[in-house]
Amino acid sequence: MAKKNPIQPGPEGYIPTPAAFQGCDLPPPGKALLYGEIVDEETAMREAAKALLTRKNPTIFPGPLVLWGWSSDAMEKAKAVLELAKEIPNCRIIPMPDYRPKYPKIDPEAEINPNHPNLTILHNRIEVCIFVGVHCHYANLSLRMIRAGTNCYTIALCGEMGHEDAMVSLRDVHADEIRKFKDVLVEVRKELGIEWEPKLPPENPSLPKEEWVKVSPLDFGEYAYLLIPRRGEIVEESE
Amino acid sequence: MPEQRVVEPEYLLLEAPRERKFITGSQAFAEAVKRANVDVAIAYPITPQSETMHLVGDLYAQGYVKDYYRAEEEYGAMSAIAGAVRGGARAFSATSGPGLLRGLEAIVSWPGHRIPAVLGVMTRVVNAPLSIQPDNVEIAYLLHSGLIVLHAENQQDVFDFTLAGFVISEKVDVYLPVVVATEGFFVTHAKGYVDLPPEDMKLPPRDPYKAPVPPTDCEIPPARIQRDAPVQKSNFMSYLIHAVWQQEVWSANKRAAKWIKHYLGGLIEVVNPDAEVFIVASGCAAAQGREAQRYATMEGLNVGLVKVKSLRPFPTDEIREVLKNAKAVIVPEHNIVGWLAKEVKASIPNSGIVVDGPRVYGGMTLPVELIMDEIYKAFGIKKEKKTVV
Repeated sequence: MAKKNPIQPGPEGYIPTPAAFQGCDLPPPGKALLYGEIVDEETAMREAAKALLTRKNPTIFPGPLVLWGWSSDAMEKAKAVLELAKEIPNCRIIPMPDYRPKYPKIDPEAEINPNHPNLTILHNRIEVCIFVGVHCHYANLSLRMIRAGTNCYTIALCGEMGHEDAMVSLRDVHADEIRKFKDVLVEVRKELGIEWEPKLPPENPSLPKEEWVKVSPLDFGEYAYLLIPRRGEIVEESE
Repeated sequence: MPEQRVVEPEYLLLEAPRERKFITGSQAFAEAVKRANVDVAIAYPITPQSETMHLVGDLYAQGYVKDYYRAEEEYGAMSAIAGAVRGGARAFSATSGPGLLRGLEAIVSWPGHRIPAVLGVMTRVVNAPLSIQPDNVEIAYLLHSGLIVLHAENQQDVFDFTLAGFVISEKVDVYLPVVVATEGFFVTHAKGYVDLPPEDMKLPPRDPYKAPVPPTDCEIPPARIQRDAPVQKSNFMSYLIHAVWQQEVWSANKRAAKWIKHYLGGLIEVVNPDAEVFIVASGCAAAQGREAQRYATMEGLNVGLVKVKSLRPFPTDEIREVLKNAKAVIVPEHNIVGWLAKEVKASIPNSGIVVDGPRVYGGMTLPVELIMDEIYKAFGIKKEKKTVV
């Protein structure tokens, strides 16, 4: 690798040079990536925690593997993400529900999309973010574009092998590892003297308030056709 | 249905006991497929590939491969491979020369669609006049599409590269198709010794959920998660998404290097690393280069060999390091364009030391004497040419 710590917050410029082209390798099991260098997990976690506690508008971007994963592991991971969100002062959650390009434009307060992630980053002035549960291919596309066009500090909590283009990348991250990261964050928060009572992030202002008593197929918007309801049917209960 | 037990790739590729067999390159492809837990094999016949896929068809009949059919032609075959792999299957195909070019539009779309499959390419002449003889110019068409391209020297390489190819292609940080190329007839229809692990072992089945992309482009309730819309609907996307998408394919290609080193012992093989003059070659030309290096050593000449196993990712750093003290570099090839010589020249700062050739094409064999002539020239040795009438 030519330069030490080559993967820094951007904006890097018109077209980013991928970290892999700069000689950055993915970390082996038990290690992590910090600014493109392989380091101990603990070191990377502490740097990520500092960024989340000191930069503006920390935001978590959960992807389909957390949002839609129909397994006990995915549900546990989603719970751990919420526990982590509670401990980050003024944290928001903006989902990446799928990977389709949205036409003509996404609502940047409601969601982030891998085809134009910077709309969400810049609109909300997000200076530090966490990717979790996003398929690696799409996370890499987004991380590279964010580094090219914004000053956002990116943290990737990857369930697989990690991401070279994030400033901090942890690998093999599941519910337990997210909780471990949460513990490190709380420790760093105390060291920095930041007072914070754990609480859930605010509701997403762009989304209609969810009414769980009566769920109508219409609540599923464009996905309603998947439910195949009877005409006029109102679903009173759902799992 | 033959009894096979699933073993870890590390064991099957690196540790399992091996038994030596004397088999053709086509049989070596089939022996690899037999142990690879392949779900589906699809191809269209063309010489010299036909024998391989015939043997794979036999494997289907015996129960080693779960599904198999002859497609309508290569474009259909390679498109069907993409569909099968997206649906979660482990797939194998093979083709040659004109067939490769017919299927090329589909094949070069595989990397962008993140299709982990293995494609055997048994090289043959592609240009008019028609010929079925070996000439590997077609490999040049594969080098700039994001595919991982391995070039087998002999029957043993064919087996090892193909079996490892399935494992490497499905690594989450890679997830690209692997091409295993070798010279038609010279390797596919000739016999060589191949050390094979037991045939009652096979790789674990493909896990399509261990992937950098969703496994299918179908309905995943409650959201339809499409993989390919940004590629297919360019009016819905920014130019930058396509740029970083291409970067991701080539980043994945670079990441494959560590797995090729792990399973195949390196991107290159070096014989006599302290040599003054090097032969750099891939595929069959490496076999002839190996003989030339041996002859030269017997004559007291300090000659080395760099066998390039992986054409993509290309071992730029490794080649630059080995050749840093070389006085001359000879690049024998089985094609007229010299695609390997161009790659080698681009890898080193002093490209003037690279000798363009010797090259043979149109199906000609590559005599060791041709390479020896270049070695003598590199050492300034004049040999008298004898004409026998």
